[in-house]
Amino acid sequence: MQSKMKESDPILEIKNLSASTDNLPILKGVSLSVYPGEIHAIMGRNGCGKSTLSKIIAGHPSYNITNGDIKFLGENINSLEPEERSQSGIFLGFQYPIEIPGVSNLEFLRVSTNARRKFLNKEELDTFDFEELVKEKLEIVKMDQAFLSRSVNQGFSGGEKKRNEILQMALLEPKIAILDETDSGLDIDALRIVASGIKRISNAQTGIILITHYQRLLDEIKPNYVHVMSDGQIIKTGESDLALELEKKGYEWTDNFIKET
Amino acid sequence: MVNENLVKDVVKEPYKYGFVTDIETEKIEKGLNEDVIKLISQKKEEPQFLLDFRLKAFKKWQKMKEPDWAALGYKKIDYQDIIYYSAPKQKEKISSLDEVDPKLLETFDKLGIPLTEQKKLTNVAVDAVFDSVSIATTFREELAEHGVIFCSISEAVKNHADLIEKYLGTVVPASDNYFAALNSAVFSDGSFVYIPKGVRCPMDLSSYFRINSGDSGQFERTLIIAEESSSVSYLEGCTAPMFDTNTLHAAVVELIALDDASIKYSTVQNWYAGDEEGIGGIFNFVTKRGKCLGKRSKISWSQVETGSAITWKYPSCLLLGEESVGEFYSVALTNNLQQADTGTKMIHIGPKTKSTIVSKGISAGNSKNSYRGLVKMGTKATGSRNYSQCDSMLIGDQASANTFPYIKSQQPNSEIEHEASTCRISEDQLFYLQSRGIEFEEAVSMMVSGFCRDVFNQLPMEFAAEADKLLALKLEGSVG
Repeated sequence: MQSKMKESDPILEIKNLSASTDNLPILKGVSLSVYPGEIHAIMGRNGCGKSTLSKIIAGHPSYNITNGDIKFLGENINSLEPEERSQSGIFLGFQYPIEIPGVSNLEFLRVSTNARRKFLNKEELDTFDFEELVKEKLEIVKMDQAFLSRSVNQGFSGGEKKRNEILQMALLEPKIAILDETDSGLDIDALRIVASGIKRISNAQTGIILITHYQRLLDEIKPNYVHVMSDGQIIKTGESDLALELEKKGYEWTDNFIKET
Repeated sequence: MVNENLVKDVVKEPYKYGFVTDIETEKIEKGLNEDVIKLISQKKEEPQFLLDFRLKAFKKWQKMKEPDWAALGYKKIDYQDIIYYSAPKQKEKISSLDEVDPKLLETFDKLGIPLTEQKKLTNVAVDAVFDSVSIATTFREELAEHGVIFCSISEAVKNHADLIEKYLGTVVPASDNYFAALNSAVFSDGSFVYIPKGVRCPMDLSSYFRINSGDSGQFERTLIIAEESSSVSYLEGCTAPMFDTNTLHAAVVELIALDDASIKYSTVQNWYAGDEEGIGGIFNFVTKRGKCLGKRSKISWSQVETGSAITWKYPSCLLLGEESVGEFYSVALTNNLQQADTGTKMIHIGPKTKSTIVSKGISAGNSKNSYRGLVKMGTKATGSRNYSQCDSMLIGDQASANTFPYIKSQQPNSEIEHEASTCRISEDQLFYLQSRGIEFEEAVSMMVSGFCRDVFNQLPMEFAAEADKLLALKLEGSVG
């Protein structure tokens, strides 16, 4: 399916990627290409390697790439620091956003945004200009300004944390966003807000990878491709109807699929 | 808000105050005995009462034992191998700054404390102390118009002997502890502040202590008196050159606040800390105490301790006056092989007295950082309250942090609240910040600044920025 002729180069191109942590292999040869404007969903049981894949793309230091390449806009990024990846346009929305006591959310967002702007040769924003920008973006996730004066994620509810992630994505305007179970733990209203936020940010130049267990997010955001992961590999790729089938038949159905191969 | 750019600018700088000023000095022989004390007193042309004070203190000191209860380990100090008086050679009587050796002015210039009329800081009066003597005090005339006395303690002994005789040693008696006794016997210079009744000091007052000589100790003495309904904010900074030997610094600071008076005392301590192997650095044994003598009086200590090989320091408050208030806000950062045992004592004696303690200890490298504090409620301290919060942050897995809170209450109708926490900068937190484009060292700085925010908010503006810079500087290369 991915071999179809595309008009442009891929934003993200992962080839035969294997990775381990503490000598324990987690990824066992993953290949995935994301082209501009595409939305990919990755599904699979807990522990199949979905989150690991997202962390490795973002450059988490706990994992070693043992084989294969990750290319971003044609460049191999295997050895780039996480901050360099972020500055150049890779965004990871965390499954469990981290609390940073004492660091104000506003200052965190400003420093982060400026790091990206600096990379893009855009003027860095002072506190006043940044407040203007952030007010605009708060609309997207329907967050109150009071969020800005609190410490990063500290004391935020699950839904607030996820919306804060989408706010960061809106500010950083990444080329590719990997959203790791951004929908888990959200009530219906919060899910709608998050989904509409993602839709507003995505466009014909960006790529999105949604890691999810649930069809309900994919009802809101229709993916171009659905991949099923199992034991560190992508075992099946299909279009959006694959997710529906998966919801109906459960992961056991994919177990059968492994046996078939 | 702490300026993150400042942090970035200085993150790569080494200890930039490590230079030595090449200047001709007048030193006395190494060693300590009655003759040395008499000689110091004679050089300073002191009245008899002060010589008696010194000699009495010396006798007490000889009978005392160096304390060993702190969680500190260091080579025994040889008190006979120290020079107790060292002063740059100057003209006998200096009537204006023009007569101060330009090398000294240049030294303070380099430290960011310009003293000359044209360049001096505009919003703060400075007393500059170089080894054993005070070099210059700025804005004296302007302050005098308000009745504020701000001068070196040596001058105060000459010109305001009555105040010195009345108050010296009344907050920290010579027999208080080993290092206070030593200081009482040999103190050379320091600052004196007197704020008259009803006066709010029109500008911040500041002392800058510079150790230049490698083989002499520094024993400064500071005395601040705030009369009824007066207030003052006082800042203290300290630096020293890099020597591979240890230099002893044993200071005593006494504060006295009368009815409705308020004293805010802020310190940024950046004595040379020794190198990565723990060679050299200042041994900092300091006794600081304030007496809230008057009703509704207030004494607030804030300190940022980043320097010294050894820090032994417990700025304290004696809360005598009804409804008096004591505060202690502290950030102590240790790196490499530094050791700090620091905290406070809040002694509630009067009724309805209140104290607040906020201590933030950060240990990196192989350092050791202990909070030690005492909260005591006396029998008459009815309706008194204390709140303490002691947080430790560990960076890396070789550093250690301890908390020793002592609580003694003889008054059932009083409240003591203590909270403590320990955290480690986690890989997950760092990765989260990095994955948002924030560089590693800046991520650490942000988290450390965030951890210290409650204390930085208490510091005067310029100090807060300086403190933030200092922390970033000290942590360079300590993570990962």
